Amino acid sequence: MSTTTPAVRITDTTLRDGSHAVAHQFTVEQVRAVTRALDDAGVRVIEVTHGDGLAGSSFNYGFSHTDEIELVEAAVDEARDARIAVLLLPGLGTVVDLHRARDAGAGIVRVATHATEADVSVQHFQAARQLDLETVGFLMLSHRIGPEALAGQARIMADAGCQCVYVVDSAGWLLPTDVTDRVSALVAELGADAEVGFHGHQNLSLGIANSIAAYQAGARQIDGSLCALGAGAGNAPTELLATVFDRLAIPTGLDVDGVLRAAHEVLTPLVPRLPVADRPAIEQGRYGVYSSFLLHAQSAAERYGVPAHAILRAVGEAGYVGGQEDMIIDVAIGLSSRATVPATPLEGVPQ
Amino acid sequence: MTPRTTATAAIVGPGNIGTDLMVKLLRNDHIDVTYMVGVDPDSDGLARAARAGLEASAGGVDWLLAQPHLPDLVFEATSARAHLANAPRYAEAGITAIDLTPAATGPFVCPVVNLTEHAAAPNVNMITCGGQATIPVVAAVSRVVPVAYAEIVASIASRSAGPGTRANIDEFTETTAHAIEAVGGAERGKAVIILNPVDPPMIMRDTVYCAIPADADRDAITASIHQTVAEVQVYVPGYTLRAEPQYDDPRPGWQGRARVAVFLEVRGNGDYLPPWAGNLDIMTAAAVRVGELITLRQGVMTP
Repeated sequence: MSTTTPAVRITDTTLRDGSHAVAHQFTVEQVRAVTRALDDAGVRVIEVTHGDGLAGSSFNYGFSHTDEIELVEAAVDEARDARIAVLLLPGLGTVVDLHRARDAGAGIVRVATHATEADVSVQHFQAARQLDLETVGFLMLSHRIGPEALAGQARIMADAGCQCVYVVDSAGWLLPTDVTDRVSALVAELGADAEVGFHGHQNLSLGIANSIAAYQAGARQIDGSLCALGAGAGNAPTELLATVFDRLAIPTGLDVDGVLRAAHEVLTPLVPRLPVADRPAIEQGRYGVYSSFLLHAQSAAERYGVPAHAILRAVGEAGYVGGQEDMIIDVAIGLSSRATVPATPLEGVPQ
Repeated sequence: MTPRTTATAAIVGPGNIGTDLMVKLLRNDHIDVTYMVGVDPDSDGLARAARAGLEASAGGVDWLLAQPHLPDLVFEATSARAHLANAPRYAEAGITAIDLTPAATGPFVCPVVNLTEHAAAPNVNMITCGGQATIPVVAAVSRVVPVAYAEIVASIASRSAGPGTRANIDEFTETTAHAIEAVGGAERGKAVIILNPVDPPMIMRDTVYCAIPADADRDAITASIHQTVAEVQVYVPGYTLRAEPQYDDPRPGWQGRARVAVFLEVRGNGDYLPPWAGNLDIMTAAAVRVGELITLRQGVMTP
């Protein structure tokens, strides 16, 4: 057995991916409490942004209760050892937003594109490096393309200045072997040029299993969220990542008791409803639908009187990608104006 | 003398956009397209233009400006940098420039919204594809009620996003947001662009959200939107509403305002570019429409 087991860096995204689960209603006090608890537990990277990244506050994605830059400032102020990361989706957030986040004290930017569109991130990585920010790249809906093609997109990000490229399972669709194949392909492609990370969702309850597979394939950064707070059925729970990596004797630098306390004494009382793998969330994992669509589909379901799971299936069939929340309304209108049949049979789906 | 109702035109930039422009101009009654100008002698676009009967040259703008008969109009389909260099030269030669690049040296124009204000301008800018698709609707709403905030989401097929768009995607969001305010009449604008790689490629989709007063006359807004859509259809027949405008009552976070949401599809004419590239088609179609309206307007004014 190897004498030195490589460490893994856990990034907590409760205050970013978790923003989806609370419809972007985080307050300064909540951000301070969660940041303090995570920092005390040894978490060294804490992501704080609107769920859809910088400038996400909008009709399409939901308006923030509190301006995310204020939340970043509060987290920066509260953290002693942790650094604060922000998310940026090109096409929505811009380099101007990145400057604001840096001025608020953010130290890391994670630039997210759809798995096939990495080249739209080049200007943001270049700007981030000039601002002396640490850089991470997110290839969202990584399941939509194969390992080799994904590695090619990772190369584009690395060449633009990205220091760690994540396989992002935005739909919670990947099985552990799929994760192994994708992470291995990225590790082989990037070599010493950049690290590889993994961001899992719980739609099929595989967030932890997939994170272990990712680590074993060479990923050295893994995302988690306290109590799984995140889009869809949520993210790999940070407290479970801490516990399981501890059992595997893989160094994380986390204090397991501290993370459990953060999850169950600090976060739980703040959040009215924690994500669960209910029918709509499972359908997202089943049909490969972007997890952040969940609450939007539920809201459209209520507004137009059609089932959320039927909307999500149709959205998956159409191949919509992260950011196309408007198409959820479009699909719901389409379904509601059809006959009284509850769900339209979809091609290839056994009835 | 009879009023001049036909103008001559040059296209600078023989790429996909320039070639699609050529196809549209060749069937236009008011514009006689005579020159196609590039810089690469091996360009397919130049060869195609020559076959279509245009004078085509790889000699760049130097060649164009040395011609004995200068065009009345030039359609710039190059890059922002090239247009910044070329614009003063067109102006000096008295040629009206219709700029399809992001250079924006001249005022933003949208044919159905504000062209009459700028019909005499020596240089006009066509904004962005998302701007051409959505600003007519923002303007249709802001004609009826004050629009405190308007937000648009443009979804385009990945294959229709060229390297220029990809290298500087911020330019799209910033320029479009600015034009939603300056041309659309919203107090504050926001723009989002999404590239979708699905195969077969998706037809361009645009969604427009406007914050409106809670007691707004919704029937009047709907009527204004329908009228505007019909006006855009004059030059982009595939510009359609996917559903009736959707109204939502004020929700928490909307500052007491209601919302109208408009779902648009922009199917291109399939002239040179495929129909799913509605984003490119609406730019070339709007540019041709601007050229046509400038010609007619200047024709009326100059005997």
